Amino acid sequence: MATTPNGFNLDNSGRRVVVDPVTRIEGHLRVEVNVDENNVIRNAVSTGTMWRGLELILQGRDPRDAWAFTQRICGVCTGTHALTSVRAVEDALDISIPENANSIRNLMQLTLQVHDHLVHFYHLHALDWVDVVSALNADPKATSELAQSISKWPLSSPGYFKDVQGRLKKFVESGQLGPFKNAYWGHPAYKLPAEANLMAVAHYLEALDFQKDIVKIHAIFGGKNPHPNWLVGGVPCAINLDGEGSVGAINMERLNMVSSIIDRCIEFTEQVYIPDLLAVASFYKGWLYGGGLSSKSVLSYGDIPDHANDYSAANLMLPRGAIINGDLSTVHEVDQRDPEQIQEFVDHSWYTYEGDAKGLHPFDGQTNPHFELGAGVKGDAKRIVNIDENAKYSWIKAPRWRGHAMEVGPLSRYIIGYAQGNPEFKEPVEAVLKHLDAPVSALFSTLGRTAARGLECQWAAHKMRYFFDKLIANIKAGDSATANTAKWDPAAWPKSAKGAGFTEAPRGALGHWVEIADGKIKSYQCIVPTTWNGSPRDAQGNIGAFEASLMDTPMADPEQPLEIIRTLHSFDPCLACSTHVMSPDGQEMAEVKVR
Amino acid sequence: MGETTETFYDVIRRQGISRRSFMKFCSLTAASLGLGPAFAAKIANAMETKPRIPVLWLHGLECTCCSESFIRSAHPLVKDVVLSMISLDYDDTIMAAAGHQAEAILEEVKTQYKGRYILAVEGNPPLKDGGVYCMPGGTPFVDKLKYMAEDAQAIISWGSCASWGCVQAAKPNPTEATPVHKVIKDKPIIKVPGCPPIAEVMTGVLTYILTFERMPDLDRQGRPKMFYSQRIHDKCYRRPHFDAGQFVEAWDDDNARKGYCLYKMGCKGPTTYNACSTTRWNEGVSFPIQSGHGCIGCSEDGFWDNGSFYDRVTDIKQFGIESTADKVGVAAATTVGAAVAAHAALSLVKRAQQKGSQSDEN
Repeated sequence: MATTPNGFNLDNSGRRVVVDPVTRIEGHLRVEVNVDENNVIRNAVSTGTMWRGLELILQGRDPRDAWAFTQRICGVCTGTHALTSVRAVEDALDISIPENANSIRNLMQLTLQVHDHLVHFYHLHALDWVDVVSALNADPKATSELAQSISKWPLSSPGYFKDVQGRLKKFVESGQLGPFKNAYWGHPAYKLPAEANLMAVAHYLEALDFQKDIVKIHAIFGGKNPHPNWLVGGVPCAINLDGEGSVGAINMERLNMVSSIIDRCIEFTEQVYIPDLLAVASFYKGWLYGGGLSSKSVLSYGDIPDHANDYSAANLMLPRGAIINGDLSTVHEVDQRDPEQIQEFVDHSWYTYEGDAKGLHPFDGQTNPHFELGAGVKGDAKRIVNIDENAKYSWIKAPRWRGHAMEVGPLSRYIIGYAQGNPEFKEPVEAVLKHLDAPVSALFSTLGRTAARGLECQWAAHKMRYFFDKLIANIKAGDSATANTAKWDPAAWPKSAKGAGFTEAPRGALGHWVEIADGKIKSYQCIVPTTWNGSPRDAQGNIGAFEASLMDTPMADPEQPLEIIRTLHSFDPCLACSTHVMSPDGQEMAEVKVR
Repeated sequence: MGETTETFYDVIRRQGISRRSFMKFCSLTAASLGLGPAFAAKIANAMETKPRIPVLWLHGLECTCCSESFIRSAHPLVKDVVLSMISLDYDDTIMAAAGHQAEAILEEVKTQYKGRYILAVEGNPPLKDGGVYCMPGGTPFVDKLKYMAEDAQAIISWGSCASWGCVQAAKPNPTEATPVHKVIKDKPIIKVPGCPPIAEVMTGVLTYILTFERMPDLDRQGRPKMFYSQRIHDKCYRRPHFDAGQFVEAWDDDNARKGYCLYKMGCKGPTTYNACSTTRWNEGVSFPIQSGHGCIGCSEDGFWDNGSFYDRVTDIKQFGIESTADKVGVAAATTVGAAVAAHAALSLVKRAQQKGSQSDEN
């Protein structure tokens, strides 16, 4: 038994349970836990099991292309890496963007927040709370009464729910359960009555239909989704309301489509997502495990600049700051360029540094892959049975803020906004707590993470309206500019330059650091939300956010790891994001040793 | 692919499994769901009629943009695909089960639907160092891919990762990320490239197989001709501006606002085989060129290593719209002589000549 510096008592003597693959996430994640004789988790180990090396691939390329490469870090949070990248390059080259470009970028980023949160709740996370098979036992009439008691959403008649149930029944009776096969139906950790399960299944299907419409905003401004197009210096789409050729530009018809989608986002979020979230939460408010680092150390870079080209905290609509050691009375200022603040460690990651054990700021970052299984590993590199957390054990690095392991994401943003007393974040949190008759401490939990995401989805939908109106007002005032091309030509660039770009991705704080020399990328580093959350241990023994969140959770049956995946999903992990980092040129690429 | 009409029951009987064992399997399936004996009979009935084809969707090194695109499908809606058309028995991005419960499904389908399931692959395997750069389930992805391919009837390579290698295979390809067809050589492989492919192209390929019970016609590179036989440039609505020599010269200039051709801004439409300019994206709302950015050529092999996305294509032969990928082949993506750049200048002349000859005829 050992106590980590960040306050968790680890005991790996009990039965070891492995969950690999962790499904319903982006990418590949493995988790191992030890449970005690009461099946309570006493040790947790999370391993990123993939690595692509994108930052090495970026070296020597045109910095104006970097958005397209980095966007392929993740197709789920599509766009947010591209936005972070163009901001990093613009920061390095001192390029300002037009006001309309800022509004359109914000509209695209907020579209992603709404889409990503909605798809996460219904399609990646809901099955951790909702027992699909139990919905077969629901009374459609009672389901209708339940739905109408919590929302005015029109699809709520007994006949509607009877049809949904009929389709589900036919599906189950086919014996081919597709994505619902071999799951945990009937598990004691499911708490919803059959009617709530049926309602959730209906909304799972409705949300699946609706989500494809949300991203049409990306198609309008960026040509496609996933992976819309971006531009250093602004946005690629031109505005032409009533001149020659306006049918091929952002015109009234296009703007009307954006506006109508925003209305539907607000409506769906407020009439379906939030009521479902509250209904689910009301049955699970006694299950407040999974808090992990959220009550201790949280980080947010902030995002959604109100005015163009101002990335100071005061101009960012999503909060910026760091809270450490659970002291909500102090929100620390965060500076991505300060080498003392953000550092990455690789003691337990499959990389090696010159002078190991030293943390490196991303401007000085190195990443030399070095796969090596620890002495305590069971199995081998062809078949890992158990990982050894005392050695290197993950493709994810361990970033730290002033030495602290941090949690990032919607809950972190809401905690920081709450601590800052910002009413846009504090009031909805208080309303939810009041509705559920729950104390503030309930926030620091799996359920709190899930609830914060829902609140943020609603917030983002309304902010889409704000930036749409702002865009219209600016065009009305005579400004149609969408790109600044003064420094498009590399001849206008300094011989060398460094820049940092940041966003709040749906999953949390995202930063890119670029160094440009002679018109090409010299080095490129990313620290992504799941690098923070999925971080392995560091040299001091601090465990990361995923690991911390699993600690002390009781499992009904370790063979059926519903509680584990429920808590992990509450972070919305994105593994392709977290495990792609790379090295400066010329370094040895990899060395594989299996002891 | 006529064997797809064989029922699950036919297959297991053919494999020598008794009716009694079959009924026991149905009872266990029902019981595992907490359902009564009545359901077992219904499951048995379904199994004795035509089953939905199982699709196993594996993920290697990738970014999940293909899955995200797939769920955007508007016709058919993805819920109808999953509930009524195929049996998506394994897809780590959306499946309810995790860990060994998830992995058990692979083994079960491999055995029970031997030679009949479709293996859909998103992403690709890294081969360097035995494949340690992608280890889902504690095993190198390349091993899992080979094992699951053994008994598949066909493989769909979703997207540019599975088809060509895509971003992780861009130089210097640190993990030796390798497209599926270079690892699996004894199965029919349908490449559906794009980063990602268009949603309705993905569901279109899948439903074509289900509806017509055959593989789609493929071009020499293994892509379905129905979606990949013409270049974006061939059907681009801005093509008349190209032919008229009207080009965007700088972002957001007057010509950009008028929707002129993006060729000079680096558009790769002239060398990219895809359906973007016709099928378009997100229920036909737009495609990259329509929203003001050139095509970056994301469905072409090695598109990350063909210079900057903003360098104009200068070494591509101008050939007629009637030429197909088959006729032009791999060469189209690389070099074939005379320049499109020249065409940009020549097009006005050519048009004038055509006009002239027309008026001659009149």
